[in-house]
Amino acid sequence: MELIWLIPALPVAGFLLLAAAGRRIGDPGAGVLASLAVVGSFAASVAVLLTLAGEPEGSRQITQTLWTWIPADSFQVSFGLLADELSLMMCLFITGVGALIHVYAIGYMRGDPEFARFFTYLNLFIASMLLLVLGDNLILTFLGWEGVGACSYLLISFWFTEPANASAGKKAFVTNRIGDFGFMLGTFLVFVTFGTIDYLQIDAAAPGVSSGTATAIALLFFLAATGKSAQLPLFVWLPDAMAGPTPVSALIHAATMVTSGVFLLTRLSPILEAAGWANDLIAWVGAITALLAAGAAVAQNDIKKVLAYSTVSQLGFMFIAIGSQNYVGALFHMITHAFFKALLFLGAGAVIYSMSHEQDMRRYGQLRKYLPVTFATMFIGWLAISGIPPFSGFWSKDEILAGSFEVRPAGQLLWVAGIIAALLTAFYMTRLMIMTFAGGTEQWRTRSEDLLPEVPHDVEADDAHASGHDDHHAHHLTPDHTPREAPAVMLGPLVVLAALAAVAGLLNLPFADSLHFLDHWVEPTLEGQSGLPDALVQWVLALTSIVGACLGVWFAWRVYQQHRVDRTRIEQPVLAHAWHIDDAYARVVAGPGEASFQGLADFDHDVVDGAVRGVGGATQQAGDAVRGLQTGFVRSYAFGIGLGAVALVLFAVVRMSL
Amino acid sequence: MFTFDDSWYLVLGAILFSIGAVGLVVRRNPLVMFMCVELMLNAVNLTFVAFGSLLGDVGGQTVVFFVLVVAAAEVVVGLAIIVAIMRRRAEANADDVSLLRG
Repeated sequence: MELIWLIPALPVAGFLLLAAAGRRIGDPGAGVLASLAVVGSFAASVAVLLTLAGEPEGSRQITQTLWTWIPADSFQVSFGLLADELSLMMCLFITGVGALIHVYAIGYMRGDPEFARFFTYLNLFIASMLLLVLGDNLILTFLGWEGVGACSYLLISFWFTEPANASAGKKAFVTNRIGDFGFMLGTFLVFVTFGTIDYLQIDAAAPGVSSGTATAIALLFFLAATGKSAQLPLFVWLPDAMAGPTPVSALIHAATMVTSGVFLLTRLSPILEAAGWANDLIAWVGAITALLAAGAAVAQNDIKKVLAYSTVSQLGFMFIAIGSQNYVGALFHMITHAFFKALLFLGAGAVIYSMSHEQDMRRYGQLRKYLPVTFATMFIGWLAISGIPPFSGFWSKDEILAGSFEVRPAGQLLWVAGIIAALLTAFYMTRLMIMTFAGGTEQWRTRSEDLLPEVPHDVEADDAHASGHDDHHAHHLTPDHTPREAPAVMLGPLVVLAALAAVAGLLNLPFADSLHFLDHWVEPTLEGQSGLPDALVQWVLALTSIVGACLGVWFAWRVYQQHRVDRTRIEQPVLAHAWHIDDAYARVVAGPGEASFQGLADFDHDVVDGAVRGVGGATQQAGDAVRGLQTGFVRSYAFGIGLGAVALVLFAVVRMSL
Repeated sequence: MFTFDDSWYLVLGAILFSIGAVGLVVRRNPLVMFMCVELMLNAVNLTFVAFGSLLGDVGGQTVVFFVLVVAAAEVVVGLAIIVAIMRRRAEANADDVSLLRG
């Protein structure tokens, strides 16, 4: 039980060591060291988990207070770690998926001049993320929250010599600040309401709080969650965050950091329970985000952008579950999504790696011949995310949709939105797979100027003449390029993740109560359970979602493989621009936004600074006015003193005579 | 027709004080200005003694000693300043020393 501190301490140690001596340790060494730190952290999580599992149900809670961080009268913040069912489950998948992605990155980042710096940031990220989930109070979670935000910024703009990457990092950071503002206000409100920021004490006191206060707290923390977890209206940073190296996209912007909003709301579930209409808002924002992002993913040509919008959409599903009080469903989907989305991102990374860092899917095609392992693993990921049973995505998505069906009067509408989003998911993922691995022609063999949707079919797939030079760091895809499978260090994590993505559904199968492992495991930490509809309705809903997924796959097959429908009719410009939300923000910020910021700046310059300068100026002028009195002549001073004395005497005499 | 009483001392004190005050303002020689200051101080002393005798209070005479001590200290400092000025300039003129003009 004393091992809890080891979980975040190992990545911190790795970070410090790499920060100090990373350059000297060098190319593969730094990556191996960083991976070992995360693997050790995973081992520590498992050890704590075993201890915890030995405890009787209901008392699986260990708090380890390392020291008092902020002692300020009644406001005491301890640096305490809380290991319970929820936080340990998070630790396991953060360190597990994290370790796999670390190993993968050893291969992906090979030869990068900043290899050590990359792993320094990665370890710092893992440490911050673990603090976020293990902290036993809101302030400590906020420390982790800001830590992962900073690492996200550092890693998005990792290749900062490209101005676009640097500004993508800034965009992510600034957008997240808006959410952090909600986190801070929420923390203040919690402290004012409960007099504590400790999770266990909040949980104990939450049932007594008034509905209005609970709603306000829930809304503020939901604002925080929309920032980190990329929901409307703050999702715009995530697609741009794809500027970072692909392992970063997999680790931070798919599997772990973006789920911290879901985690936070789950942690505060006793407050959400009393929050009334805030839950409806959360569910609907999630549903609308899932729909809009899935729509946007349909028209993206950058393989990572497709996956980015897909992540936004899948996170929307989790928020549907949160808003329906179906926290287990949200956590279930969080885990399965971490597996299959990390798998898809790493697979996309392997494709990008073998295609000279070309990310435009219009230049792929027929890659399954060259990249069999990548294709096979991504195929499983595709089945999982599309919701085809028995792969993991189906079970978690189905649980969310079924859980939303009967919760509120408009639950059925919510379910319909979810089904449409799921259909779109199957469609755009099939599109991605066909454009990358199938599609009839090897599109990179045509000139880039001819990058039109309909490529003439006279380009022969003639790989016999292709030379086998490895131009991994040349960013130009030449027509005589031959894609080569990525090294084993990258394929290994893909295979492991594919296995996990295939079977993760076993965590919470719906058939019998005894199969609800995840349900039973996290139940004691959660408040409230959504009522699932009865078995028959569940069967109908599940069948509907399977049919929806198959429809999406079938339609994408017709469009992209058989070319029965012109793809330009589907890939509308409005979708490619993600409903112009980003452009609208840009216009608002550049127009009225900038004007009002300028107004504020003027106010500061003229009024605030003006007051300060005015005091100084008035003093100086008063000094100038009276300096004439100081003549330097002693006799005039004496005269002044005399006059003053006479005036005083006169004053006294007059007063006395009155 | 001519009675001599304590008010004469007060009148004399007032006259001496006025002479000293006017002299301080109109003369430029620092030595003379000092003598004027002494004159004012002594006029005040005389007034104190006169009031002391008039009111039968010995306090009036006690204050005179304090005034004498302060005057002595003031003369020491003042003469030191005058000597310092005289070393730098030929003649001592209070209006020439106006470096602290604002």
